[in-house]
Amino acid sequence: MSAPGVVASQEDLELVERLRAGDELAFMMLVERHQAVMLRIARMYVSSRAVAEDVVQEAWLGVVKGIDRFEGRSSLRTWIYRIVANIAKTRGAAEGRVVPFSALAGDDETDPGVEPSWFYDANGRNPGGWTTFPGDWRGIPEDRLVGDETLRLIGRAIENLPPMQAEVIRLRDVLGWTSDEVRNALDLSETNQRVLLHRARTRVRRELDEYLRTGSEDV
Amino acid sequence: MTARALTCHEVIDLLTDYVEDALTAQERRRVEAHLATCDGCTTYLEQMRETIRLTGRLTEEQIPENEKQRLLAAFRDWTRPGGTRG
Repeated sequence: MSAPGVVASQEDLELVERLRAGDELAFMMLVERHQAVMLRIARMYVSSRAVAEDVVQEAWLGVVKGIDRFEGRSSLRTWIYRIVANIAKTRGAAEGRVVPFSALAGDDETDPGVEPSWFYDANGRNPGGWTTFPGDWRGIPEDRLVGDETLRLIGRAIENLPPMQAEVIRLRDVLGWTSDEVRNALDLSETNQRVLLHRARTRVRRELDEYLRTGSEDV
Repeated sequence: MTARALTCHEVIDLLTDYVEDALTAQERRRVEAHLATCDGCTTYLEQMRETIRLTGRLTEEQIPENEKQRLLAAFRDWTRPGGTRG
């Protein structure tokens, strides 16, 4: 089920060998890299953080027990995330919790991140054109752009996104995964992955813009 | 055949597909033709790229030490002879 070009790396195969040998350090390395994402994936489908932690522990057991069956046809992390997603979906269903994909993706959100008022409507003098050009970020000092306050604002903007949008932008833009890996790990179509990424980046850009052009995040 | 020019709003909606190189050659040309003459959309595109760059400065949250220790203990249990594994 892996996409072309996304297979286990040499590093993956070495980690797998170490895990098969019961190497604790290899296991802890995987935990440090993946625990946070796994918890968020699990949390999308189950009722509480406590249940999500339980699901993740079960997923780790699945990884340790199933590692002999890992064939390297996907990356190791994709394989791990699919295990946690499957367990979480099953547990969520057992809890009677049905989470429609549209809710995770934010399909029902009325806020598109792009304000209709930014563009002339069909009766305007330039239909679909900017009513006012976007403000300029050039001239904002790099210190401010990459300062803690700006990064905290971006972090909060991401936390406030619908869960699947948040996870896509984290995996793509924070962790630097490829689109193929993200859609494999989260079981998304290529188009869906891109739509979610577009909405997420659009919202984060707008919040950044509001912040950068006013001066303080509390305004 | 020349396609109708895209509006700014249409271009903005296509920018992730453009940045991700997911447009057809013809769509790509239409977007680029628009960008070549539109300062507003060019600015917006630069801001999308800047947003991607700044988001890349975030770091993944750290997991608490007690959680790591709990998982390490579980791992030892799973892998000891006669343990849960296998």
